[in-house]
Amino acid sequence: MSLKAGRFKYFKEELIENAIRLTALSAIVSIFLIFLFVFKESMPVLYDQVVRQEATVAGFFRGLDWQPVSEYPRYSFWPIILGSLKVTLIAMLFAVPVAVGAALFSAEFAPARLKEVIKPMVEVLAGIPSVVLGFFALIFMATFLQRLFGWHIRLNAVNAGLALGVTIIPPIYSLCEDAISSVPRSFREAALGLGATPWQTALHVVLPAALPGISAAVLLGMGRAIGETMVVLMAAGNAPQFTFDILHSTRTITATIAAELGEVVFGSAHYHTLFFLGLLLFAVTFVINLVSWSLFDRLMAKLYGARN
Amino acid sequence: MAGSTADRIDITGFNLYYHATRALEDITLAIPEREVTAIIGPSGCGKSTLLRAINRMNDLIDGVRTDGGLRLDGEDIYQRGIDVVELRRKVGMVFQRPNPFPKSIYENVAFGVRMGGNGLLKTRLDEVVERSLKEAAIWDEVRDRLQRSAMELSGGQQQRVCIARALAVEPEVILMDEPASALDPLATAKIEELIFRLKEKYTIVIVTHNMQQAARVSDRTAFLMLGRLIEYDKTSKIFTSPSNKLTEEYITGRFG
Ligand SMILES: Nc1ncnc2c1ncn2[C@@H]1O[C@H](COP(=O)(O)OP(=O)(O)OP(=O)(O)O)[C@@H](O)[C@H]1O
Ligand SMILES: [Mg+2]
Repeated sequence: MSLKAGRFKYFKEELIENAIRLTALSAIVSIFLIFLFVFKESMPVLYDQVVRQEATVAGFFRGLDWQPVSEYPRYSFWPIILGSLKVTLIAMLFAVPVAVGAALFSAEFAPARLKEVIKPMVEVLAGIPSVVLGFFALIFMATFLQRLFGWHIRLNAVNAGLALGVTIIPPIYSLCEDAISSVPRSFREAALGLGATPWQTALHVVLPAALPGISAAVLLGMGRAIGETMVVLMAAGNAPQFTFDILHSTRTITATIAAELGEVVFGSAHYHTLFFLGLLLFAVTFVINLVSWSLFDRLMAKLYGARN
Repeated sequence: MAGSTADRIDITGFNLYYHATRALEDITLAIPEREVTAIIGPSGCGKSTLLRAINRMNDLIDGVRTDGGLRLDGEDIYQRGIDVVELRRKVGMVFQRPNPFPKSIYENVAFGVRMGGNGLLKTRLDEVVERSLKEAAIWDEVRDRLQRSAMELSGGQQQRVCIARALAVEPEVILMDEPASALDPLATAKIEELIFRLKEKYTIVIVTHNMQQAARVSDRTAFLMLGRLIEYDKTSKIFTSPSNKLTEEYITGRFG
């Protein structure tokens, strides 16, 4: 008998394979096209003489004012970059301990029945539309926190950061929970067999073994936080001021684009500036993702050696 | 105190259930100090279960229930108020598959000592690590790569690091669940030599599927079948003139 396959023997296989390949390809192509579009619309700040009278790349990083609609518009990125950093940092400080702690608890200590409550609850949290969360932060949480701490300014970076934290807890939690649950049972048995307590086992064996996954989760959460728009638009007070005071109103890169792009004069310097800002955002999230991958690989290599 | 003073572990009428199924049935067995006791028997007969009962490793499994007596130095380890963490420091364990932590070789061996929390000085800890690795006959192979991940070692080396890790805690009893089953003959020989030397200091219980291995390393042999102890005697007796027909059939390889 010959081993030669008939011409149409694997026709169906090939068809399915190609269909899958096509969907993957179309996703990649559309991301690339979006990038291309943003790139194209932002480039006039480099070459268009009229635009460059108002907005130049050097100008974006000079001065400390973002005043696009004054008589002499000023487009310094610094206040909104600082705004994004402040809000993201606060969100991370809040969300990472909560998400990692919850993941560790539900993967290691929670009895099965409690675990079956925690996981769906976090999924529900993930399903809350960000506009609803923003609304909640804008109306209720801001007032509550202001009364509690006697803040002067109701909508500020802390308020927005906490609300933003809530939006990134679910993804960080889920990824961490996966990472922790996939730590082999044999590590736990080894640790307990050596007379470690369950807490020591969780802290000194399970958590470090899951570290590659956890750090990737944290970085991806950070990328999410920087890119998230609606919550910060509603809860941060939207004043693009350059200040390190976290109790001041602030404005992020995303909120700036969302708030201003709707009313901007098409093709104006302001318009192209907003696209350049978008390009920056694109680059930052891209870099964070790259770092996240390479950190994952590096930590895996360090922990598990070159063999794996 | 039950049994003679030389008996370290005294098991009497011991039963263990996974949910409703009884995996160990009325086991009675006295394991003497500083000897190697082998547990043999067909797959699924309860060897691992019995071994893991001795340091209460089965506690980790849902739905496990026990009754009957299991005493370590006369103390019932299943009574209320037993400090399981302390028990496991006294009764160390080496698993069937090498399971080093994804940490450096040094950290693997130092782990139990660190967790014990008696805040050893770095130099003392270095000594403990070196001594344990030497005891486990792996020092020469890893001395200049102590800071490398233990996962990079070969399976046989990993297993010896795991043994070193167990020894570092200075247990009194060591439980080994088929410690050489994943290893080649050379690595196996090394582990067997090791066991031979270790019994000067430790009480060892070893599960094995390998009859020759049981005959070579152990002083006593327990033969289990379907959760019951069929025969328990001096190894020389078991392998030359077993009293039970089933034992004879098993060790001569007529079944199992
Ligand atoms: N976690 C568990 N849950 C339920 N039943 C179990 C569990 N572990 C083992 N058993 C059952 O208990 C019996 C004894 O298992 P055990 O692992 O002790 O056998 P063993 O003698 O070590 O076998 P092997 O030589 O294959 O390792 C088997 O019938 C097995 O199916
Ligand atoms: Mg077994």
